[in-house]
Amino acid sequence: MSSAETEAAADFVAPGAARDWRGLRRALPLGLLLAVAFVIVPLAGTDYWFNAILIPFLIMALAGLGLNLLMGYAGQASLGTGAFMATGAYATYNLLLRLPDIPLPISLVLGGLIAGAVGVVVGLPSLRIKGFYLLASTLAAQFLLEWIFNQYGWFSNYSTSSSISAPKLAILGQDLSSPVGRYLMTLTAVVAIAAVAARLVKSQTGRAWSAVRDMDTAAAVIGVPVARSKLSAFFVGAAVCGVAGALWAFAYLGTVDARSFGLDRSFQVMFIIIVGGMGSIAGNFIGSAFIVLLPILLSQVSDRLFGGTVDAGQLANLQRIAFGALIIWFLIKEPAGLAALAERGWRRLRPSGTAGPERGSRPGNTGKIF
Amino acid sequence: MSASSAGPILELRDVSLSFKGVKALNALSFAVARGEICALIGPNGAGKSSLLNIINGVYRADEGEVVFDGAPFRRIRPLEAARRGIGRTFQHNALFKRLSVIDNVLAGLTRHSRTTLVEHAFGLPRDLAESRALRARAEDIIEHLELTPHRGTVVSTLPYGVQKRVDLARALVGRPSLLLLDEPMAGMNQDEKRQMSRFVTEANAVLGATVVLIEHDIGVVMDLSHHVVVLDYGRKVGDGTPRQVRNDPDVIAAYLGTVH
Repeated sequence: MSSAETEAAADFVAPGAARDWRGLRRALPLGLLLAVAFVIVPLAGTDYWFNAILIPFLIMALAGLGLNLLMGYAGQASLGTGAFMATGAYATYNLLLRLPDIPLPISLVLGGLIAGAVGVVVGLPSLRIKGFYLLASTLAAQFLLEWIFNQYGWFSNYSTSSSISAPKLAILGQDLSSPVGRYLMTLTAVVAIAAVAARLVKSQTGRAWSAVRDMDTAAAVIGVPVARSKLSAFFVGAAVCGVAGALWAFAYLGTVDARSFGLDRSFQVMFIIIVGGMGSIAGNFIGSAFIVLLPILLSQVSDRLFGGTVDAGQLANLQRIAFGALIIWFLIKEPAGLAALAERGWRRLRPSGTAGPERGSRPGNTGKIF
Repeated sequence: MSASSAGPILELRDVSLSFKGVKALNALSFAVARGEICALIGPNGAGKSSLLNIINGVYRADEGEVVFDGAPFRRIRPLEAARRGIGRTFQHNALFKRLSVIDNVLAGLTRHSRTTLVEHAFGLPRDLAESRALRARAEDIIEHLELTPHRGTVVSTLPYGVQKRVDLARALVGRPSLLLLDEPMAGMNQDEKRQMSRFVTEANAVLGATVVLIEHDIGVVMDLSHHVVVLDYGRKVGDGTPRQVRNDPDVIAAYLGTVH
């Protein structure tokens, strides 16, 4: 992974002698982070940390990445994230069930590709409508797909309860059902997909996505295939969300349950990318940390401070209020998301570093260009 | 100037366009010779921008046809127009504002890309080779238009005059055979206008692009262009060399005589 990432980073900086050195300097903190995540954390982490914190954090960051590719990079608003995740989960479940000879990683990838194909269909209205209207059409897809998975028993193998237990997780005979095994499987998938995404957004494809987002009429006029770019963004975004959904079902919950992929999930993922930063890969992880981990932190802190003295239900409400207030405060501090805030802080720490792109303005355009 | 092959590069035949009953263009006909710089002038609302929009497919003509490179069409999609070699800059800023200068220019090369999504995602050899080649072309244009100091800057943070130059670079990098410029010098000071005129002349003479441009500064138009077409209320009131047009009584009455 880190070689692909390094190359992607090196592609971005000016060509010349400084290229290798700068690429290395950029890759170093990331390499350290990965070493900690792959080596130190599995040794030091507890089951509680894996099950309740790290696995959901990673999977929601991945779902955020999927939506960010679609919405943050390509500018196509979607509330279908939950449906894409459900599609990935049910597709992977059925592949594992009906084609048990296919190894787990391949089933995950195929499940993602099936979610991507569904994403293309859901994205078809984007060829005619945009903005809030597109959002409404993806909302329809969210409800429709949720309903289909509940309505037709084939998807859940005619299980009597609406949730079905996931098959045993194993790669090459290696059992992965322990918390640390599921953590490592999730981490590997998330890192691999993030590396591909980081490369993709800096490629011709990613540039075409951003062109469509910033000014679609001009994009068509200068030769960017707008329709194809929109649909490819729906494909890739939905595929990544699909893998996230499959991991949510298999590595986190242990069951496939349509109720965990409802509209609430779509909103949660959207908040992750808004808080983390649209058009940023790192922003998904920061946003996921904020949305998934902060409530846990708040409840721990408030239990310590007020445990016993304040009514428990009251306390839960207070936590939600504090959570909402923090989101508002951060968005006022930095409308472009926590990733931009972190980048500014980073640059202030290292004034010698290359100036990254300013992320001052928000997506969306004024419309009139002629 | 490029060697002129047979026939004009662009010909409009009785093109009409109306918006909700208001005629924007009225049976307009003229031809643009291969390799020339043709200026469209006329008061605001004369239909100049609408005309450019018909040529590259943003609008569809109600009547008449456009012949580009010998092929007639009534309706062409903008993407198809770009693929056939029609480049375009915009009157109002239409850059990809969150992208850097180099990325904006590279976006102008999309139609020359032959690689696929999968090759981009995994950085396969064909993608790497193509990216290198396209980047070299983009760097070349950036240097040509003296944008090198700004190459990594996000365009929305650049001064207006520089953004106009980025717009030109984005259109030029794909090596269009026909370049449509919609008020490339609007809002510029004299120095910037001189500089932009030089770039347009070079695009025409060195890169061989036929240029159709809209411009209000008559001094610039007369210096820069080989051919001037004057529009007023969607009709053509003058068509000829700058000298002919300047002395045409109809043109003087319609446009040059009035103060703007």
